Amino acid sequence: MIQHRRIDKKFALVLVFTICFSFVNKIFAQPNGQALFSSNCASCHAVHKNLTGPALAGVEARWGKKENLHAWIKNSSAYLKTGDPYATALYNQYNKTNMPAFTSLTEQDIDAILAYVNSVPAPGTGDSAAGGGASSAATESDNTLLFGILTLILAVIALVLLQVNSNLRKLSAEKEGEHALEPVPFYRNKAYIAVITVVLFCVGGYLTTTGAIGLGRTPDYQPIQPIYYSHKVHAGTNQISCLYCHGGAQEGKHANIPSINVCMNCHMAVNEYTGKDKLYKEDGTEINGTAEIQKLYKYAGYDPSVNKVWTPNNKATPIEWVKIHSLPDHVYFNHSQHVKAGQVACQTCHGEIQKMDEVKQFADLSMGWCINCHRTTKVQFKDNGFYSIYQKFHEDLKNGKIDSAKGITVEKIGGTECQKCHY
Amino acid sequence: MEQKKHWQSFGELNESADYQTAAKDEFQEDLPVIEDDKGLLEAKTPRRDFLKYLGFSTAAAAVAASCEMPVKKAIPYINRPEDIIPGVANFYATTFVQDGEVVSMLAKVRDGRPIKLEGNELSPFTEGGTSARAQASVLDLYDTSRLPFPVANKKEVSTFDALDKMITADIAALGGAPIVLLSNSICSPTSRDIITQFLAKFPGSRHVEYDAISFSGMLQANEASYGRRVIPTYNFQSAKVIVSLSANFLGAWLSPVEINRQYSKGRKINENNPTMSRHFQFESMMSMTGANADYRYNHRPSETGAIALALYAALGGAVTAPVLKDENLRKGIAKAAAELQANRGAGLVVAGSNDPNIQLIVNGINELIGANGTTIDFGRPYNTRHGIDEDMVRLVNDMNAGLVGGLIIHDANPVYNYFDSKRFADGLKKVKLTISLNEKLDETSVLCKYVVPNHHYLESWGDAEVKPGFISLIQPTIFPLFKTRQWQDSLLRWSAAPTDYLTYYKQYWQGSLGGERNWDKALQDGIITPAGVSSNTAVSTNATNSAPDTLRSTIAPLITAVGAGASAPFNGGAIVGAATALAAVASTGKTELFLYEKATIGAGTQANNPWLQETPDAISKATWDNYAMIAPSMAKAMFGIDLTKNGDTDSYEVHPEKYVVKLTANGKSVELPIMIIPGTNPDTIAVAVGYGRGVNATKNNDSTPELEDARKHIGKAAAGVGRNVFPLVTFSGTTRGYFTPVEVAKAGYEYPVAVNQTTLGYHDRKEVVLETTLATFKAKPNMFLERREEMHKDFAPRTGNFEKEATLYPLFAKPGVKWGMSIDMNSCTGCHACVVACTAENNVAVVGKAEVARFHDMHWLRIDRYFSGDLDNPNVIFQPMLCQHCDNAPCENVCPVAATMHNSEGVNQMIYNRCIGTRYCANNCPYKVRRFNWADYMGADSFPDNQTGILTDASMMMNDDLTRMVLNPDVTVRSRGVMEKCTFCVQRTQDAKLKAKKESRPVRTGENGMYDLKSACQQACPTNAIEFGNVNDANSTISQVRANNHGRTFYVIEMIHTLPNINYLAKVRNTDEIIHDEEGETTVGGEANKKMEHQPESQH
Repeated sequence: MIQHRRIDKKFALVLVFTICFSFVNKIFAQPNGQALFSSNCASCHAVHKNLTGPALAGVEARWGKKENLHAWIKNSSAYLKTGDPYATALYNQYNKTNMPAFTSLTEQDIDAILAYVNSVPAPGTGDSAAGGGASSAATESDNTLLFGILTLILAVIALVLLQVNSNLRKLSAEKEGEHALEPVPFYRNKAYIAVITVVLFCVGGYLTTTGAIGLGRTPDYQPIQPIYYSHKVHAGTNQISCLYCHGGAQEGKHANIPSINVCMNCHMAVNEYTGKDKLYKEDGTEINGTAEIQKLYKYAGYDPSVNKVWTPNNKATPIEWVKIHSLPDHVYFNHSQHVKAGQVACQTCHGEIQKMDEVKQFADLSMGWCINCHRTTKVQFKDNGFYSIYQKFHEDLKNGKIDSAKGITVEKIGGTECQKCHY
Repeated sequence: MEQKKHWQSFGELNESADYQTAAKDEFQEDLPVIEDDKGLLEAKTPRRDFLKYLGFSTAAAAVAASCEMPVKKAIPYINRPEDIIPGVANFYATTFVQDGEVVSMLAKVRDGRPIKLEGNELSPFTEGGTSARAQASVLDLYDTSRLPFPVANKKEVSTFDALDKMITADIAALGGAPIVLLSNSICSPTSRDIITQFLAKFPGSRHVEYDAISFSGMLQANEASYGRRVIPTYNFQSAKVIVSLSANFLGAWLSPVEINRQYSKGRKINENNPTMSRHFQFESMMSMTGANADYRYNHRPSETGAIALALYAALGGAVTAPVLKDENLRKGIAKAAAELQANRGAGLVVAGSNDPNIQLIVNGINELIGANGTTIDFGRPYNTRHGIDEDMVRLVNDMNAGLVGGLIIHDANPVYNYFDSKRFADGLKKVKLTISLNEKLDETSVLCKYVVPNHHYLESWGDAEVKPGFISLIQPTIFPLFKTRQWQDSLLRWSAAPTDYLTYYKQYWQGSLGGERNWDKALQDGIITPAGVSSNTAVSTNATNSAPDTLRSTIAPLITAVGAGASAPFNGGAIVGAATALAAVASTGKTELFLYEKATIGAGTQANNPWLQETPDAISKATWDNYAMIAPSMAKAMFGIDLTKNGDTDSYEVHPEKYVVKLTANGKSVELPIMIIPGTNPDTIAVAVGYGRGVNATKNNDSTPELEDARKHIGKAAAGVGRNVFPLVTFSGTTRGYFTPVEVAKAGYEYPVAVNQTTLGYHDRKEVVLETTLATFKAKPNMFLERREEMHKDFAPRTGNFEKEATLYPLFAKPGVKWGMSIDMNSCTGCHACVVACTAENNVAVVGKAEVARFHDMHWLRIDRYFSGDLDNPNVIFQPMLCQHCDNAPCENVCPVAATMHNSEGVNQMIYNRCIGTRYCANNCPYKVRRFNWADYMGADSFPDNQTGILTDASMMMNDDLTRMVLNPDVTVRSRGVMEKCTFCVQRTQDAKLKAKKESRPVRTGENGMYDLKSACQQACPTNAIEFGNVNDANSTISQVRANNHGRTFYVIEMIHTLPNINYLAKVRNTDEIIHDEEGETTVGGEANKKMEHQPESQH
């Protein structure tokens, strides 16, 4: 019987991997807080900007007492009745609209959200960090090139020296009167041919293999879309929750590209681009944001000069977006499994989408990439009631048989078995 | 206790040499690559060529694959409907209505297209059960041979307005000549109203109801006995003694899903107090119902009346019964009579005959045993059969006499299924205006002037009043695929009614339910029941987010129902006359032809459904054909095949070609291949109706214009498949009869019949099926358990732990969920609903007759049929067989590429994209449940060579773009060269776990009646024979079943230590026989067995 065989894991390797990964991507630090923020708060709040609700930066300082803030978040209308002057002022300031109650959030959840809010740098400060990362990445690639050129030069020098050496030897032999054999030119030298063959075989084999493995994978795929839609403007600058548009991500297998009516919810009012950041295409051409909104209006069959209110109509044509993230047909992937049950942030797989103007495929979506994440990512073992049936693991965690730092990973509960994704 | 020998084929029974050779290898053919047996170098493809090809194909693949990736588009809605989330299925309640069968269903709609049907658990009758035909009906929606537009004079009409103008003009031109609406029995209250209104507009018009399979005899007999022309509800559930005279009530009679459900309830075994109903079956052929009976007797079809009289007389009825020659039969009648008498008020006698005299006598019997009002409920009569045969005959006469001005046909196909179809067709020519409202350009429609194709029911609004006050609603689940129109709309238009059907329908129901809110609720539930009646299953168990399990409120509908359990006053006046008539029936001494309905094909309405055609018959295991079922003795007399002689059956059984007989009766003849079925009456030949749509199959199936035409309009799976035997139906002057004396002659040629199962054997391993009698079980409730324990001790002498000690392999923990299944063989009636459900759920390929004939069938779940005992009247057992998900699976450790392995939930995984097609796993599987894709049956890859020349029409049908809309998008479509098998519905288990995680709770499989999922087979089963769930959860139904049925639990060939995750519960037959233990003959655990089992594989 072949049970799912666990590969003997090298802890050091995993550790190194984790550290590397955490440098590349900050998301791993607080997946919870950001996910919770995105799914619960972001439709009304931004961190540094007043939307339907106030900007959340410094919210803890404003509220003072932590318990009060928690109570407010959990049930604002109930808290209002306590007559807290700050809460009342807030209520009046925001058109006497109640904040919905979030009874499902636990204390830890709220803390995680607040921690996330504190961790988001104010606009302007964040860019330098990203820039730094980019430049260090650039130097890294420069180094590779440098090393390559160096190796090539050294190889040529070695070759020349070898030739020189053999010529010298021939000369010295002639000097001593010994009749030496006519030296074989290097291109007919068997040793050289052997070495070159081996090198070619190795390089060729490596390239073929990696090429074959990469067939059908499209990392960094960044097609031109019918409308220049900037995630940076929407999710980054304006802090719109991912789930506002891609609500399917917590409901079912597809995240779903929003239908035009979702776009028009906001764009009936927002009819021009007034952001301070200029928009550029990949090739450097500047984009007129307002013109792009007009494109949307054309698709929607909406003419603001005729009617202020958009209603779904016959003139509308669906937008043919180019699909970027494609999985093979024999893979089952479910967004809600990851976003809702696993509380994984969108950025884990899609990269820092809030910083991308045009979307680019961040991960290569290979099986190795999936599996590696499943090996290291913890499930919501304590928080999700589903896992209450794993009594043995709960005991083992308690009495230390399972390293609580490593926790219960997706792999531990069978998340790397073939038929979890292939059926 | 010695288990009787159970056999699937005659070869297995006789251990013939050919059978043994054939059984050695599951795949009896060589690989298709090497076509001759010369040496490797001389072969067509020698090694060097092979290397060349390999190199070339690698290079070609590399070049091909390095081309640019195709650009894919993702196109969202313009305005997404609020309740549709792409990728998430919605469920809508609807109702399957066909040929008098009504099954309340839920349609699973994924991204706007229905892909699967489930039973509606709120229905008080079917309670979530389904039938094979109901399950398969979703495929009919995507039938490419449906008529896609209205037709007038064989030409397409562009708009319905233009068509309506032509028709209204034609109606006006009739000048008041009567119009007749000819239809199947209609149980829709709104439709009946519309018909009444329509007929009122045209004085002299009438509505004739005509059922393909007649219940006229019963209706007329009940009218004579009880003054009501109805068929009552039979409570098989509360009957302790059931006597059936040729009524195939589990297969295709009256309301099979409902009756299966009731019947199985009366036969569930409670181990603490084992009781079950006792079922006597008197019949002429081995029917599915007879296979389930406790006592079964066979007789000539013409003797049914005599048997009914004998039973009536034995119960004290004042008639003289003719003497039956068969001693055994006489004893059977006496025994049945005694049992009925002993269980007064808890007995039930039903008869399948359409002879009103027989039904009168049966009514008399039911009076004598006090069934009227107890097991027979006239308070809830069926509303599904109204057809009176004489009405139809009168109509055909009127048509021929030119008395009918216009004929509108809806949902009836008399040219195909009327006994005198020629006369009907002739009459049709004399009718001025003929309009067909059928879905297809079928045999009848093609002769009509206008054809206005009806919607499929999944595109329609509608309702069905199964019994008074019990309504099942129909709502569309998809926008009409073709230019079709609901037939009610047509009638409304032609009668110049101001509304369309939807408005009418809404008003009708909102009016009678009292408001829109109640109406919405009713539509969501799909069911309206009279006040005070609740469904037996209170909690809906559908694993969906829109299943109607929430928001259930009680609404009191305004429809008043007749109280349940009502009896009707009996009038025995007609009995004497009936008895005289029956006693006068003289046996001709000739062979008799008996016509029956298969559970899968029925009357042939759904014949163009490849799922149904490929579903094997429960008894014969044959697909894609009808055939003449004959008794072993007739086979011996006519063809010299002696079943008792070793090797005699080999050429009959090993090859698909069967002898063909020519049956002639009443001047009509039909040629059919034979199938030898033990249990058939020696003087009877039984043939199924519903085949030979359009044209009959011919010797070589040569292409003719008629065949091509029928293939186009009726469909490739129906036209020319099998032979139509409806013309052999007789007419007595009052009712149609389904048996007739027949001349039998050899036709002198052979015709292939695709039968599966014969090659799937167990190599002498016993304990595949276990059965006992109720008497034995009561006396020794633990006999199976003891034998298993003894075996466990034998294999694990040190620790007694069979699981651990009897293997070299370590045991792996299943820390979370562990899936398991339990199948109650006492409940399985062999209806095959599960097989079709599995096919629909898991995108199982249809392979066609030629492929089935060489055992390439792809069903993940099959129902094995075992015979045991007497060849002339054997016992039959049905055993659903699917991947056993062995914890110690023999398939897993022979796979060279680890494409099949176990997971932590106890499921044996099959990974298609890893499989390289060695088929080692299938050869090593002791249960023979793995299926290999010999061709690209489903069009999964883009290489046409994997299909051309291999695929049959049936598979090609499933490859059509329209038909492929039925595929389940959550299940991979398998390509050529990979193995597949049951996955325990992994897409459902994964979905259920996700649902539980989202709600932060453990997954539920039966705890407090709550299910997050049911496997497709379990959900389809009308008898609850299958339980599936988490065995690690003590509250799950599966754990409960296992805990409460120790006495009957067994695992198929447990001693080979495969540790299956599917257990079976032994079959119990309610007979008085005590089966005695014979020392040394035990088949499990005993020494003899151990010796055999310890070296079983060496011979392969």
